[in-house]
Amino acid sequence: MATFKEFRNNVKPNWCPGCGDFTVQASIQRAAANVGLEPEQLAVISGIGCSGRISGYINAYGLHGIHGRALPIAQGVKLANRELTVIASGGDGDGFAIGMGHTVHAIRRNLDITYIVMDNQIYGLTKGQTSPRSAEGFKTKSTPEGSIETTLSPLEIALSAGATFVAQSFSSDLKQLTSLIEQAIQHKGFSLINVFSPCVTFNKVNTYDWFKENIVNLEQFPEYDPSNRIAAMTKIMETRGMLTGLIYQDTTRKSYEDMAVGFKPEALAKQDLTLPEAEFDKLLAEFR
Amino acid sequence: MIEQLSWKIGGQQGEGVESTDRIFSTALNRLGYYLYGYRHFSSRIKGGHTNNKIRISTHPIRAISDDLDILVAFDQESIDLNAKELRAGGVIVADAKFSPVVPEGVEAQLFAVPITVIAEELGTSLMKNMVASGASWALLGLPIEVFNRAVEEEFGRKGAAVVEKNVEAVRRGAEFVLEQAGGPIEAFKLAEADGKQKLFMIGNEAMGLGSVAAGCRLMSAYPITPASEVMEYLIKKLPKFGGTVVQTEDEIAAVTMAIGANYGGVRTMTASAGPGLSLMMEAIGLSGMTETPLVIIDTQRGGPSTGLPTKQEQSDINALIYGTHGEIPKVVIAPSTIEECFYDMIEAFNIAEEYQVPVIVATDLQLSLGKQSCEPLDYKRIEIKRGKLIPLEQELAPTEPNKLFKRYEFTEDGVSPRVLPGAKHGIHHVTGVEHDEEGRPSESAVNRRKMMDKRLNKLGALRITDAVKSDGPSEPADLLIVSMGSTGGTINEAQSRLTQEGIATNHVTVRQMHPFPSDLLAPYLERASKVVVLENNATGQLANLIKQNVGYHDKIVNLLKYDGTPFLPSEVYQACKELKM
Repeated sequence: MATFKEFRNNVKPNWCPGCGDFTVQASIQRAAANVGLEPEQLAVISGIGCSGRISGYINAYGLHGIHGRALPIAQGVKLANRELTVIASGGDGDGFAIGMGHTVHAIRRNLDITYIVMDNQIYGLTKGQTSPRSAEGFKTKSTPEGSIETTLSPLEIALSAGATFVAQSFSSDLKQLTSLIEQAIQHKGFSLINVFSPCVTFNKVNTYDWFKENIVNLEQFPEYDPSNRIAAMTKIMETRGMLTGLIYQDTTRKSYEDMAVGFKPEALAKQDLTLPEAEFDKLLAEFR
Repeated sequence: MIEQLSWKIGGQQGEGVESTDRIFSTALNRLGYYLYGYRHFSSRIKGGHTNNKIRISTHPIRAISDDLDILVAFDQESIDLNAKELRAGGVIVADAKFSPVVPEGVEAQLFAVPITVIAEELGTSLMKNMVASGASWALLGLPIEVFNRAVEEEFGRKGAAVVEKNVEAVRRGAEFVLEQAGGPIEAFKLAEADGKQKLFMIGNEAMGLGSVAAGCRLMSAYPITPASEVMEYLIKKLPKFGGTVVQTEDEIAAVTMAIGANYGGVRTMTASAGPGLSLMMEAIGLSGMTETPLVIIDTQRGGPSTGLPTKQEQSDINALIYGTHGEIPKVVIAPSTIEECFYDMIEAFNIAEEYQVPVIVATDLQLSLGKQSCEPLDYKRIEIKRGKLIPLEQELAPTEPNKLFKRYEFTEDGVSPRVLPGAKHGIHHVTGVEHDEEGRPSESAVNRRKMMDKRLNKLGALRITDAVKSDGPSEPADLLIVSMGSTGGTINEAQSRLTQEGIATNHVTVRQMHPFPSDLLAPYLERASKVVVLENNATGQLANLIKQNVGYHDKIVNLLKYDGTPFLPSEVYQACKELKM
């Protein structure tokens, strides 16, 4: 059995000291070990941005693709080899701006993969422009007078798109985040974890301290039932999305792989590609 | 006895033109005739004129005809728009209901058949098309049993009663017209075919079939004309082999999902047309940069922008070759016949894995959608070559501490061993960022140069099967005609007319568009005194490729057509003849 250390490699992240993404990296490594994975059984597919580099910082199979497209690539990997644990990851710009279309449809499609968004409410790698997650009035290099667009609520969108697993966490809470990633990996279907992951260099508003003051942990509500979709939506709205924990889980819906008629229960990648001649003749017969 | 004949059916979209054509041509195929179809349609579902034309022949044909023998019309518009194609002695079979009129200047015999009345007597006007096709079939004097069997297959799943009614509709249509005409028309009497049943399909089906044969098990795609039939075919077939088709939210998702699945080790493709291809360009670069195999079908249609989505064009050549930013190795293959649509897909999947590159198979609308006879497809030619792929079950030696598997190892031929996610001791990184042999990001100038050279040189002198194909004697000739895609059959017909007039021509088809097979094409240009480059676009993209790669600027003449319709044999004949004068 691999320990979390075996999910570490010797690459030094190019993240700034204090970046929230370090905790996400550590949580993925711990969760992977805790659920009993070996490094080669995990594929981390990431987008572009500071956070997108994460696939290179974990000792597992990693693919760092193009901006906004981590999810379709990750779904392709899962379809090819459903025996792999597939984690897609990236930033709020990657998932909720350029890649928003894919996010909504990956949720609807419900392939058994986990999507971890490192949400810092700003564009870091391009050195400080507004993001769909920035608050109204937020001043950045691209919004010197303050953002005049509404802040996107990914949790509400995920629920309305039919998500079967929605969670949110915070980079200061390694324990909660690790536990949520474990649950997400074990969930049979698409799981979304949005992680408040502060950018210490370009976002001087949404800081660690700011989050600590503003977020509520769902553990404070012992009566909260994550299987109740209406209650989940209400809670998100009541807290203006500033909540952490497992918000919603539907364990009844089957994953895409299990619903697709004829789809092989074993890894397709292991299949022999030869088409028997009798099968070929049958295919030809339809054109006579 | 005649050796060939052209039949066309026209009406409003949604009126059964498609199904009539299907039954009519299936029956002819059963009799062993060679067929070549052309669909005229618009981007709408109900209403709007549509017509399907079939050319029927006792010998192989690969082009639509200039003229027409029989026109079946459901409305006056179909007559007005198409009657001018009828040759003297042609026939119009029309519904008496709209009191059809033969336009002035058209010499054709009109049979006004009470099509709607007969159909309604039998229970529903939906059967109009059966009455009409029965009538036109009867005029050809071909055995009715064969036609009825095709009807049975079309409606069999709806039950015996429906079949019976449709057969009766066919009989009544035939009976009426034969009484009017006094029997089958002598001038339409087709010589017997060779009796061998051919395959009969559209290019998109041939490519779908080729993909299954090639071991493709996944497809991710977004619907678009004229590519959708590929996904529609594969969603029926892939589940039988454990795979599936995912209809994605857009073409960017389609292509990146295909990249992910190829990285995962499954032969996966996507298919689209111009607008979708434009959206895929960044991802094609990712495939090139990460050396991940990828197969894309581009069914060219009228561009730019939405252009003429249901019409013929060959104007994506530049985009396919130059479309991605930066510089990557890439292969572009252009099949020119229905058989090549099948075999080229197998070769495309092999090249994609052997060289670890994106491969685009580019057809055009006429090749993708024109239904035609196909020679027997040879099972023995299906060969799966996966290059340096290390199968998942193969054990690997452990890597040294802190070292990753060298997925991008510098090798003599530039192609590195490819390990799949899931393999123990195979862990490596993959990124669109410039990277070292283990896949880790690297900005080293030395590494950059080596990696660029590795990627760009690995195709070497790759030449696909028949990269440049000559289909006739290449004795000294007055003219060399160069083409790509579906136009070859039309050119061949023009050539035989020119030969009859003492004008000798040669014809070559460029099948490998990129990397350009200059060495194979050059000898043909060298020998020719004049070169006509025939293509369906406005700027002569193929001609420019030839000038750029091979030369002979002073010999090259453009023959272009970009009005949305395919070249006709007469147009090619005329243009070549004028060049000689």
